Amino acid sequence: MSTAFRNIKDVPKEEYLAPGHRLCAGCTAATAIRQILKVAGRDTVVVSATGCVEVATSYFPQSAWKVPWVHVAFENTAAVASGIESAMKALYRKKKTTERVNIIALGGDGGTFDIGLQALSGALERSHDFIYICYDNEAYMNTGVQRSSATPYCAATTTCPPGKMSSGKRTEKKDLVAIAVAHNIPYAATATPSYPFDLMNKVKRALDVEGPALVHVLTPCPTGWRFDTDSGIDIGKLAVLTGLWPLYEVVDGVTKLTVQVPKREPVKKYLEIQGRFKHLKEADVAEVQKRADMLAAKFGLGPVREQVQA
Amino acid sequence: MSKQGLKGWKEIPEGGTVEEPGSSAQFNVQSWRTYRPELDKKKCTKCGMCWLYCPEAAIKILDDGSYEINLTYCKGCGICSKACALKAITMVKEEKS
Repeated sequence: MSTAFRNIKDVPKEEYLAPGHRLCAGCTAATAIRQILKVAGRDTVVVSATGCVEVATSYFPQSAWKVPWVHVAFENTAAVASGIESAMKALYRKKKTTERVNIIALGGDGGTFDIGLQALSGALERSHDFIYICYDNEAYMNTGVQRSSATPYCAATTTCPPGKMSSGKRTEKKDLVAIAVAHNIPYAATATPSYPFDLMNKVKRALDVEGPALVHVLTPCPTGWRFDTDSGIDIGKLAVLTGLWPLYEVVDGVTKLTVQVPKREPVKKYLEIQGRFKHLKEADVAEVQKRADMLAAKFGLGPVREQVQA
Repeated sequence: MSKQGLKGWKEIPEGGTVEEPGSSAQFNVQSWRTYRPELDKKKCTKCGMCWLYCPEAAIKILDDGSYEINLTYCKGCGICSKACALKAITMVKEEKS
């Protein structure tokens, strides 16, 4: 396998997520999982927390996974992954096998930000050699769009509906990568399947590194974010181009931007194509823009492009 | 899957494990679709972005390096048609024949 993914020729042709899974049409989480598994290859164990991907890919008696796959409850994804890693270590020690195995723990934003956070924190602290991937669709989409602590400011969900007194969720999204970096882990990064080579390079680096790694992947969800099924990839790109989802990696505590945005798009462009932000007033949009500006200043993104008046 | 095709508890593997990897490929998702992608091979430059972005792995790579859409697995989301810079993939409404 080549060390870096620069163009389409570097991407392995093998598929490890079979077609026929029951994820919604246009689900970018499936795109992300396909790209991740292409990098990881066949010597991989996937531990998957309850969530959209888990439910939709393991419809008994069928399974979409072509790699060994364990289903676990919401709260113990990282704990089971640490167990598998320790078991592999015991096998190496007893000389039962020499094969190196990639261990991937996969959780949604509910299973990572809310329910699985203590197990994740424990596993990162114990420094197990595994990679944790959080596919973040910014709410509990599997059970019908309830708010999670990954839901962004002002987004509407069924449990934080907008109305006269409220404009959706009032609080900000948790900074998962910062939480992970606070454990002094060697590698953490943000990614999105809209930038496939960036995502695949990050997963490759995360797999290569000794010790725990975390990749936080933004996966736009047509059902919960309320947009057309064909726009998922474009919305992921807009999230990056507006500065709301800066793509960076933190290697041994040093933050490095991987995709620079010289001219940012105004956040209005990102908000107006999603139904969950349909209720926003001018003041709310200005507030979101302010938050994007703060993120941009933190990561050194470019200034906002002047809006061309038609 | 039909009701007759389901196995009883005595026949399913211990612990409810699935023994065949990737067996979801037996499932046909054609009926999910409203729009059908149609690939114009003359316009296609084989850049592969449709294949890389497809959430379903419904796009096959043929031996000569060209791409083909497998309609058994296509849910008709249209991501491929938007990803195509040359507009070689168009979405056509499915109609009863």
